[in-house]
Formats: sequence, structure tokens, C-alpha cells
Amino acid sequence: MKAGRVVKVSGPLVEAEGMEHANIYDVVHISRHNLIGEIIEMRGDVASIQVYEETTGIGPGDPVVTTGEPLSVELGPGLLEMMFDGIQRPLDAVRLVTGDFLERGANVAKLDREKKWYFTPAVSVGDEVSEGDVIGTVQETPVIIHKILVPHGISGTVTDIKEGEFTVTDDICILDHKIPLQMMQKWPVRKSRGYKRKLDPTEPLLTGQRVIDTFFPVTKGGTAAIPGPFGSGKTIIQHQLAKWADAEIVVYVGCGERGNEMTSVLKEFPELKDPHTGETLMKRTVLIANTSNMPVAAREASIYTGITIAEYYRDMGYSVAIMADSTSRWAEALREMSGRLEEMPGDEGFPAYLSSRIAGFYERAGKVVCNGKDDRIGAITVIGAVSPPGGDISEPVTQATLRIVKVFWGLDYALSYARHFPAINWLNSYSLYQAKVDEWMNKYVDPDFSKNRQFAMNLLQDEAKLQEIVRLVGRDTLSEEDQLKLEAAKSIREDFLQQNAFHETDTFNSYEKQNKILKLVIEFYRQGKKALESGVYLKEIETLPVREKISRAKFIPENQMEQIDEIHRELIDSFRRLTEMAGVENA
Amino acid sequence: MLKMPKEYQTIKEIVGPLMVIDEVEDVKYEELVEIELQTGEKRRGRVLEVDRNRALVQLFEGSGGMNLQRTRVRFLGRPLELGVSTDMIGRIFDGLGKPIDGGPKIIPEKMLDINGIPINPVSRDYPDEFIQTGISTIDGLNTLVRGQKLPIFSAAGLPHNEVAAQIARQATVPGSDEKFAVVFAAMGITFEEARFFIDNLVETGAIDRSVLFINLADDPVIERIATPRIALTCAEYLAFEQDKHVLVILTDMTNYAEALRETSAARKEIPGRRGYPGYLYTDLSTIYERAGRIKGREGSITQIPILTMPEDDITHPIPDLTGYITEGQIILSRDLFKRGIEPPINVVPSLSRLKDRGIGEGKTREDHADTMNQLYAAYTSGIQARELAVILGETALSDVDKAFAQFAETFDKKYINQGYKNNRSIIETLDLGWELLQLIPRQELKRIRFEFLEKYLAEDKKDKKDKKGVK
Repeated sequence: MKAGRVVKVSGPLVEAEGMEHANIYDVVHISRHNLIGEIIEMRGDVASIQVYEETTGIGPGDPVVTTGEPLSVELGPGLLEMMFDGIQRPLDAVRLVTGDFLERGANVAKLDREKKWYFTPAVSVGDEVSEGDVIGTVQETPVIIHKILVPHGISGTVTDIKEGEFTVTDDICILDHKIPLQMMQKWPVRKSRGYKRKLDPTEPLLTGQRVIDTFFPVTKGGTAAIPGPFGSGKTIIQHQLAKWADAEIVVYVGCGERGNEMTSVLKEFPELKDPHTGETLMKRTVLIANTSNMPVAAREASIYTGITIAEYYRDMGYSVAIMADSTSRWAEALREMSGRLEEMPGDEGFPAYLSSRIAGFYERAGKVVCNGKDDRIGAITVIGAVSPPGGDISEPVTQATLRIVKVFWGLDYALSYARHFPAINWLNSYSLYQAKVDEWMNKYVDPDFSKNRQFAMNLLQDEAKLQEIVRLVGRDTLSEEDQLKLEAAKSIREDFLQQNAFHETDTFNSYEKQNKILKLVIEFYRQGKKALESGVYLKEIETLPVREKISRAKFIPENQMEQIDEIHRELIDSFRRLTEMAGVENA
Repeated sequence: MLKMPKEYQTIKEIVGPLMVIDEVEDVKYEELVEIELQTGEKRRGRVLEVDRNRALVQLFEGSGGMNLQRTRVRFLGRPLELGVSTDMIGRIFDGLGKPIDGGPKIIPEKMLDINGIPINPVSRDYPDEFIQTGISTIDGLNTLVRGQKLPIFSAAGLPHNEVAAQIARQATVPGSDEKFAVVFAAMGITFEEARFFIDNLVETGAIDRSVLFINLADDPVIERIATPRIALTCAEYLAFEQDKHVLVILTDMTNYAEALRETSAARKEIPGRRGYPGYLYTDLSTIYERAGRIKGREGSITQIPILTMPEDDITHPIPDLTGYITEGQIILSRDLFKRGIEPPINVVPSLSRLKDRGIGEGKTREDHADTMNQLYAAYTSGIQARELAVILGETALSDVDKAFAQFAETFDKKYINQGYKNNRSIIETLDLGWELLQLIPRQELKRIRFEFLEKYLAEDKKDKKDKKGVK
């Protein structure tokens, strides 16, 4: 292939001339260091290239060779349990080549070419297959059966099919005597993978986080955003979701964030047990790491690499959750490239196409009927963290995100300062899936679930109004009933909404447990109100010893849940005694 | 074989810290540039952009006295490097790494690119070794661990230097007598501030295990862009090749960011917030992310960057972007400072993200996490009660609120206000925490596990569990 020549270098942007034979979005190799870049603009024979590696030492005259292919990922067995960089280079393989530091130009295979997988065919000679059909399976990890699919645009009659140990590039199936198929296929990251049709997502994604599951649920196939200032706990929430969500596959994209955070995932996940399968979390996880000090252009690509891998597993019929932390860093990478391209800026220097890019990314979520004969159903849930400067959500990235996502978990400085975690503000957060999820919850968890949830939310809203009065004239001016309301709302906040991610039991709650605790804290208010009416003093209600037990209900393990019922009974008993005593005194 | 650098006398323009040179050949991005003035004086710069045969160079040491016709420029074929050696320990250098203490030249064991190379996330070892700083508000509530980057957010007129010096002086890892090597990088601070640090290090003998890089307020501004990178290159060498535990203090990052803004403005780049370049986040991360530990290597880099928040505003881009990169922040408060509390650390917005792995049984003590959460919750409740009392009078408070208000008051006086010379062990800090928690009714201690309440709460408190609060 004819080589072009570098004429200009400005940070991650390189211009090369003599590139008339290359296409837009082609991947190119630059200089003898073999740096990887992508063509993002063409003017005549001059190509503007964003380079995915440090450009120190590159200068005019260095050769540029196009590969003729767009930026693609390799899809096949061996994706799970791996940590890749933004352009899908496996970081442990890179470590073998360049050591503890990320030197440039590391040339490693994206998927392991040596490793052999046991391929079990699912079709036989003579079968007609087309795009999306399953030709066989590989047990990728103890919990995930990897389905090998007929690639895009290919169909025919099976004329040969094998069984046994193969590498990802061995031929395992032949169609029409001439089309060999391998376990590995490629897909350009910027293009979404096809499906038959989209479905309405109605089933909730269990996250084990009480404030999310009960008040602001996200569905399998839904989209959610977590904007919040630094220190408000975005990353911990993302980690909690990656750990406990009942998705079958989790793709975690660390996009322009801290190196130690990825290390912590890498250290914890192989140790933690998935409550849904009993195997370690790593067995269903793919990690993409582009830390903040890694090249900025690869940060832009990392989000697409992640979502393409997610789509691939969705196509097998899995429910996939992808966490992107943080989409703001991705948007900043867009801004940096845009600035160097000297484009006319939009809001706050971001390019004019910012919101269409964000929308395009989130729209790759959804619950779909996959390609293939068996009408498998797969789903991708996208959860994006947003890091608004100064915590001000009026900035362009948050606003463009909120226009497209259906769930908003607003994090709040005030709550995190009070160490109320997760610091999701219950007054301004919302979930547009609420109505659909309520139906599901009433059916499968408790027929009163939506009623109780609404009751609790009303108490919290009333509390906010009452607090304003308290701040002006003091608590004593409130009626006893209102004071009880404040106590009850405090109990909802402290005993239900607050959840300790670092406590072995509290970190994950099933729907059943969430429902029981919610009922318990509401019962306190209902009983208290009745007791007040029959002449019990507020002070007596406030100081009931059973309240300490209520506050500790969340620490009761899942397998001893009858203890929560016991507290419930004790609560009712305590109130009965109080009321009886009040009755005696009044008589 | 090294090529002989070609010399150019084709300077086209010099504007601010930037120089454009025409008709150049074979120039590389980030290449080091040597500029020889007509007087024979030599200065340094680096290539910011190369476009065909025109190079844009950033001047580290200013352009004063340069003549467009007679100044000569050489491109050295390598990026800016620092010659490192263990002999650097105990020495003082300028912002570009030249000795300024009158001592001998350093004979380098190695030349290293000052930009460093990112650590592969797979190679990182998660920081989880507790560092005892002897300051209760840090050890007890915002625990620092080896390999962490924990900045001090300060403001004009607050004693951040005293706090940083106290940490440098007292930091140890319990159970090991190894001392930290200190790498100190000063960017645009005053002579007095630099003197304060040096005197402090001399006083405690820590100077013998320190390396200092000093760029004072009247030193070249653009040099400050290189200073933290030079210091970190030295720190990386000491930590990852010489097995030392290194504490890096960078002060003041606000001056650094301003130098960056100056270059950006001169290049007429589209500014981000408040005129700072859009890539400020990425740029800061290439400094802060050079902290950490590496699997299989003995040493570590712990970073304490100091920055002064303009107008005490934490949403200003410099503290804001720093907070998004660093693993927490220690925030100083003007209010506490005015009340004479030393050190005036405002624990409410302060945070250490890595604390959870560095505390607990075998590291500090089993009850650490629970009491930490409880102290925080009680202190915020106390502050709220105190505010309420200001508006409505103390009588308007409920008994519980009164207890919290009293707790907050005592917490300020005893827990926070320990003084700059007081070095508390972690056990003293934890016990003090329990002592203060006695002020609160037991049923409000929701964050503490039952068994720890039984074990650590004073006897008289345990029996009263059915009674209500203090009088």
C-alpha cells in the first residue's frame, strides 16, 4: 500500500498528505513506532487523523499507511474476564510486551489467537442458516455459554461442521462448500449491530440498591444517567450496579477516570460472588479501561468499543448492562479534537454535534428481538455517569444526556456531606419506567408495592415542606401529627434509603427484603398515627425501643428474613401496649 | 549515531511565551529546543506544534532580550529529560532541575523523559496501606494510604503550608520504621513559603531524605509547566527503581494552571471555563495519575498537591477538575481558622476515597469504619442543630438536637483542634472518637454495629439503653 506522509502534528491530531486512496474513518499506522490512528477528515489528499497514542517524537515526513478498514473490534470467545484499553488491546497482553508502563505502539492481538475453545455445533450438514443463526456454542466461563453466530450478510447451507478444540481463527463451519466461518468476527465500532425489532422494556433491572429499585428503577433495556459533582459517589454507585445488577453480562467502561478505580474493580470482582449465579463476578464481566492519563483520542473510542461488545452479547440473547464512567470525559475528548480541528464551537466549546453523538450512543440500548431464526430476546441497559463542572447540571453534557435518558439519579453535595449514601436526591430524581415497573412489582413482589412506594414518597415530600417551616419557627410549633411525620420520614431516609456499600449484608438487597423493610418503616408511621389519635404522647412513640431494631433491619441477612417479620410483629405489639396504657390513663 | 543538531536563525515571531520558527526540517512533536541568544545565554523550550516546515515552540524561561535575527535555535532530537540519580536526595534544584544549592553537578544514572509514561492499570497495585499522619481529622475520618493522591484545597491566607509540613514531618506507616522520602515541588510560591518548608525539613532532619525543586514567584512562569513533571520523574525513579516510599508535595497547583492558561491564551485556543484550556482535565491528570503503587515493586508515590481556591470557590475549574481526578480532598475552612482551630480542616466536605481499604482490623482497628461514619453523621447533625439554635434560640431544640449541638462543639475543640505540633497515634484518635460519642443518646448511634457498641462504649452507657439520651 502506498504510504502518505505526516505534515503536521498538534497533540493527538496529525495531518498527513498523499492519502487520496484512504477512506474516512480508516484506521492508519503512523511512523516506525506503528502508532494507531483514525482518519476523521479529508481535504483533497490531506487526511486529519486522531491518534490513539502519544505523538511525542512524531514529525513531518513520517510515513502513514492506511489499513483500509474502519476501527473495529474482534468478537468471539475470550472477551469475558478481560481488561482492554480503549481500542480493545488486552492490557495484560500489553503488559507482557511493554512492562508496567504503557509504551507506545504495542502490537498485540485483540483476542487471544493461541487459546483453544471447545466448540459444540448446534447445526448439522444440510441445514440452511443465515445472519444471526447460532451455529454452535462455547462454554466461555462457567456461567456464560458463548453462542457463535452467523456473521452479518452471510447465509447458505452448511456443508461441513466441526466439533472439538479450536482457536478463534480456525474454520469451524463451511457454508455452500466455499464460505468458511470462524468463531471470531469483526465489527466496526461506530456502527450499531442490527436486530429484528425493538421491544418496550418493562422488566426492571434488579440492582439490589433500595433507593434505585424501589423509587427510581431502571429496566432491562433502559437508559439511566447519574450526574453529580465529585465526591458525591458516582463511581461507587456505578461499581455497585456492576457488582449486583442481575444482568447476565456486564461491560464496565472506565472512560478518562482514575487508574486506581480500574485496579479496584480488577481486584474485587474476581473475589466477589455473584448472588444470582454463585460464581465470581469476573466470570460475566468485560472491562474497558482508558484512564485519564491515557491518550485522549482512545478515550473517545472506548465508549464505542464497550457498546459494540455489549451488542454482541445481546445478540446471543443475553441481558447486558453497560456502565460508562464518565461520559463527560468522552465529551471532553470530542471537544479537544474539535478544538484542534478548528471547528466552530457550540456551547462551552463543545462541538455542535455533541448532543447527536450522545443520543446516538444511548439509542444503542434497548430490548430487542435478535437476528436469527429462534427469535432470541436480548437487552442492553446503558448507565452513564456524568461529571458536570462544579456540579452544575445546566451544562451541555448533562442537558444533552437528560434529553435522551429515561432515568435520572441526581446526586447531591448536601447528602454526601451528611454521609447519606447513595447520595441520590429523592426530590429531583425520576424514572420514566416507574409505571411499567410498578405493574411488574405488584405482580411479582407484593400487590401493595406501588401503593407503599407512593406512600413513602409522599411522606418524604411532606417532610421537605415541613422542614421549611421548622427552619423558620422551630419544631415545637408543629402539630404532634406533623412531628410524627418528620420522625417517620427520617426513618425512611436513615433506615431505608441509606445503604452502606461496604457492609457485607447491606450492600445488596433482594426485592423481597426491600419490600419488607419499606413496609416496616411505613408501619411505624401508620401505627404511630393511630396511637396519637387514641391519646398516646409523641414522646412515648419516639422513644420506643423497637425503633433501634427497625434501624438495624437492613443488616439482617437475606436468609434470616423472618427476623424482619418478627420486628414487624414486635412493632405492632409495642403500639398495642402503648395504646392500652393510654386508654387506662385516660379512663 | 546521534545527528548533529542543525542550527536555525529563522525565527519568525515571538509572542508571549511562544516562538515560531520557519524553514525547519525534521522537527518532532515535543522535541526539546535549545535557544542561544546573541549574548551567548542559553534557554530551553519545547515543540508544541509542527506544521510542515514551521515549528511552534514554547519557551520555558521567557523571551526577554531575544533578537529575531541573531538568536539561534537548535532542535535536540529528544524530549525534555531529567538526569536522575540517588545523589539527588538532600539537594535543591530549580524548576527545570538545575542544582541551586551550590553543590556539585548531578552525574545522572539515567535520563528520563519528564512526561513519564502511564502505568498500565493491570500493573497497578491497589493502595491499602494505612499512613498515620498524626492528625485526627485525616487519620480518623479521611484516612490516607500509600500510593494515594490526596490534595489540600486551601485558599489565600489559610495555613495549608503548616498542614502539609505537619504531614511531611509526622507521616509513618505503623509497624514499619521506614521514613518517607519527600519530593517537594514549588511552583510560583513566595520565597517565604519555600523557606518555611525548607526550615521545617531541616529542623526535623527530614532534609536528608528530601529532594526539592523550587520555582519561585519571580522565576519564569512557563517553567512551572515542567516543574511538577520534573519532580514526579525524580519521584518515580526513587519509588519504582530505588524501592523508596515517596511523599510528593506539589504547591501551588493554581499557579501551575495559570501558567498553562497563559500558553493557551497565547496560542489563541478556544477557552473552556474561565479562560482555562479545554484540556485542563487531561493535563492535570497526567500529573496526578503519576501516583500509585506497582505490583511487584517495593516503593510507592503518595501525592499531596496543594491548591488555593480562587475566592474560596470550590466550583472553580482548578479545584473542580482536581477533585474529579484525585482520590479525595482535604479542605481547609476559613471559619474554623478564624475561630483559632488548628489545623482548620473542615471534615464535612473533606473525603478520602481510598480510606475503606486502609482501615479496619489488622490495619487500624475493627471499629474504625463504623465510628468514622457515626462521627460524620453526628457532626453534620450537630452543625444543623447549631444553625437552628442560632435562628430560634437554644430552647427550641429537642433534647436529642441539644446533644448533637454539644457534640459538634466538643468535636471542634477536641478532635479537630489538636495543634500543629501534636502527633496523635491512630489508637488515640479512635479512643477520642468514642469519648465524644458518649455525648449522644445510644439509640442515635445507628451506624455502629451492636457488638462494637458493647465493646467500646463506656460501661454506664450500655445499661441505659432503654432510657433516653443525656439531660
